[in-house]
Amino acid sequence: MHEMSIAESLVELIEEEGRSRGFSRVKQIRVKIGALSHVEPDALRFCFDAVSHGTIAGGAHLKLETVAGAGWCSGCGRTVSIAERYDICPECGQGHVRMTAGDELRLAELEVE
Amino acid sequence: MCAICGCENTADEKSRSAAAEPPPPDRNAAGSAHLSVDGHPEHNRHRHSHSHDDQELHVHSHGGDEAIDFGAGLAGIHLPGMSQERIIRLERDILSKNDAFARANRSRLEAAGIFALNLVSSPGSGKTSLLVRAITDLQPRFAIAVIEGDQQTSNDADRIRATGAPAIQINTGKGCHLDAHMVGHALDQLPLAARGVLFIENVGNLVCPAAFDLGEAHKVVVLSVTEGEDKPLKYPGMFAAADLMLLNKADLLPYIDFDMTACVEFARRVNPRIEILTISARTGDGLPAFYRWIEKHAGGAAPLAHAPA
Repeated sequence: MHEMSIAESLVELIEEEGRSRGFSRVKQIRVKIGALSHVEPDALRFCFDAVSHGTIAGGAHLKLETVAGAGWCSGCGRTVSIAERYDICPECGQGHVRMTAGDELRLAELEVE
Repeated sequence: MCAICGCENTADEKSRSAAAEPPPPDRNAAGSAHLSVDGHPEHNRHRHSHSHDDQELHVHSHGGDEAIDFGAGLAGIHLPGMSQERIIRLERDILSKNDAFARANRSRLEAAGIFALNLVSSPGSGKTSLLVRAITDLQPRFAIAVIEGDQQTSNDADRIRATGAPAIQINTGKGCHLDAHMVGHALDQLPLAARGVLFIENVGNLVCPAAFDLGEAHKVVVLSVTEGEDKPLKYPGMFAAADLMLLNKADLLPYIDFDMTACVEFARRVNPRIEILTISARTGDGLPAFYRWIEKHAGGAAPLAHAPA
């Protein structure tokens, strides 16, 4: 359940931004999660609700956006979309695909008051 | 008012012109300009400082990775004395705090020439038994210290201390992994010999520790053959993050159905560059190869001066 630590880190980041930029309430939080990352969106949402309570992020709408997995194939040199880290290249069917997208875990945007 | 970002810069037109900005468009255009950055490339590059009535002087940039967009609220403008929702674009890595602690740990360890390994596995794969054996075998050659992570008890640290090596137990409570901040505190307390080897035994868990860099030189995943050959496919994150896989409990291979070839293939499919060694912490088989791997990668760490050749 490392989503709890991730939710805590997210709230910490938001509070830090609030102090440095001078906002005291967050209405919406946009987070990008890679489809192949270590994070389960539902678990993150559950943990976020628990740990954001009583902070400036409390009650904010958490908008989770999935970033599709993509990688570079060492066999054919193409960038292809992948559904698993270990996918065989869908184009050439042989090369190993090195993941280039899909591992993100980023606080993308805040809507604040 | 600055019509570019909507901030209240009416009394400070000169500083704005110094930033070589174009004349302000009408309000509606300013509102939409920020929502569609591409339409106004000249705004994407400027960076200026200005004061707000209610805030200290600050500098902010528009466009790029980090942008404060005061004009993107419902009204599209920002008037003095009126609060307005605003959009702040950040693109900050959520684990950036952990990563910063990890970088600090890494520089500290590298500066002292300490070679740190983060051992990860399921509970019961034999990490502690492996460490007890490895410490006993390696102590004549390296100064060794251990950080033990478990949710509860100091049993593992007690087992390590019995070898004579200093060990710090971190109890994570409900936490399912060690993080770089915890390890930083442990480094403060642990008597670390310069140019030694530090083993960090993570909480037994094949999922969560994969995401948390501790500042180690390498993650080493221990997989016992009794767990089944398909673990790399079931928990790809961990095997992708590791540089070395130790297949432990090899002495049990005659008694179980474990497909070694398949396991190696699965691990390489997830992580083509992973190195793999087969060992038995109980019998000691295969451990010399692990010790050679440590010596080869230890870089800054060096065998003790009095060590036999």
